[in-house]
Amino acid sequence: MKRRDFLWLAGAATAAGSLAGLPSGAAGAGKARVVVVGGGFGGATAAKYLRLWDPAIEVTLVERTDIFTSCPMSNLVLAGFTRMDDIRRSYDGLRRHGVQVVNDEVTAVDADRKRVRLLRGGALIYDRLVIAPGIDFRFGEIEGYEAAMQAGRVLHAWKAGAQTVELRRQLEQMRDGGVFAISVPMTPFRCPPGPYERASLVADYFKRAKPRAKVLVLDANPDVASKPGLFKAAWREYYAGMLEYRPNSTAIGVDAAAMTLKLEVEDVKADVLNVVPPQRAGDIARKAGLITTSQHWCDVDWRTMESKALPGVHLLGDATLAAPAMPKSASMANNHAKIAAAAIVEILSGRPPVPVQILSTCYSFVSRTEAVHVASVHAWSDADRTLKTVPGSGGVSPARSEAEGTLAWHWARTIWADSFG
Amino acid sequence: MKAVLIAAVALAAAPAFAQDNQGRNLAAGCAICHGTEGRASDQGSALIPLAGLPKDHIASQLRAFRDGMQQLAKGYSDAQIDAIAAWYAARKR
Repeated sequence: MKRRDFLWLAGAATAAGSLAGLPSGAAGAGKARVVVVGGGFGGATAAKYLRLWDPAIEVTLVERTDIFTSCPMSNLVLAGFTRMDDIRRSYDGLRRHGVQVVNDEVTAVDADRKRVRLLRGGALIYDRLVIAPGIDFRFGEIEGYEAAMQAGRVLHAWKAGAQTVELRRQLEQMRDGGVFAISVPMTPFRCPPGPYERASLVADYFKRAKPRAKVLVLDANPDVASKPGLFKAAWREYYAGMLEYRPNSTAIGVDAAAMTLKLEVEDVKADVLNVVPPQRAGDIARKAGLITTSQHWCDVDWRTMESKALPGVHLLGDATLAAPAMPKSASMANNHAKIAAAAIVEILSGRPPVPVQILSTCYSFVSRTEAVHVASVHAWSDADRTLKTVPGSGGVSPARSEAEGTLAWHWARTIWADSFG
Repeated sequence: MKAVLIAAVALAAAPAFAQDNQGRNLAAGCAICHGTEGRASDQGSALIPLAGLPKDHIASQLRAFRDGMQQLAKGYSDAQIDAIAAWYAARKR
């Protein structure tokens, strides 16, 4: 071992508190080690289920924040219908499952030597690596946007956290009679129904607090990208005259001084401008060389979630090049993690992994109390070498209801507990 | 050489027969609404915890659903439903 390597590892031992040994395998008697990068729905679930299904595996989760903030239900915070504290979860639940949680950031992956480098110094050694990168944004496609965002003028709030709180503040301060415009990127993006839920909930807030205000949905897509019938029915019946939907409206620039969004064919002024930018797999996926497709997404073997670019690395969640009809959702990331956990347990025990059938249920609020859902079941197809929806399964709600609103909250608390508890 | 050694260690550690985890793996998907291993984590939930319920009860309910749950249940074969039901029935409440 070179001196530089030794120092690298010594730093990691301090960070994780338990890395005195050599790479397992070489050490022989050592426990198998899995490092999970990213503590969102995918990464947290993978860490927990690895411990649940094989307590002999040593699992280390690297996450840069010290508390999780859920994107699902965050639109209710924006509308003032629930509080940030209600949508946050600590990582203590994972610690109780024996997961070592390291509050740090992975800056590089050395797949040949099976180690990841940490921002605060040192490295972690793994036998299998799980990366749940989430998303980052293609700011460059909207001129002027990044500067406007850095200045706090135009926000996305598409990663729940500080921007959620700030966008809520902007909405509260907006004058009655003002315009809230939300710009929706072309699919695929995180949470396909999310922008439409946000528009609905902001409209409900305006009805209660600023009845002369307007919601303008500027959508790059030709139609509402998820549950279109259910959203449009709610808009017609609850928010007529308040919410306006414009399809085929791609944002190309932002003028923060004039609070103007530049579309391909016109400019739109707003009092609060919420631009959801086009997206790609999170930065760590790019740094690790995991992006395979159109410079944006990461293709995987859906039997194991193993990256098609880097053997031994399992990749989860929104960063994946989605299988047919598979949404970038919390339910899917949680289920991807279970495919990966099952496969890793088998692989580390010297057995061949078997495909795992997964499912998704995804609720969206159309008002403070009423929600709708979309459900799907995804099974491995030997013929098509991917996960495909099972014929005859899945579908959307027949209609919005308060009963589904109750189920939506139940789903949220249960998936938070299943992923983090 | 090292790789061969690692492979040998892994093989020696592996049980003689692969475990049948079909029920466990299928049921893991359900946990997003029914809780980890079918144990409810949300007080006052509309959904009943599945852990420890009789196998036949779970299987017959899965086949009989006519509400939103049916959209999910229809994605599973009879054999898969039986595997899920057997796995939940064997969990401690």
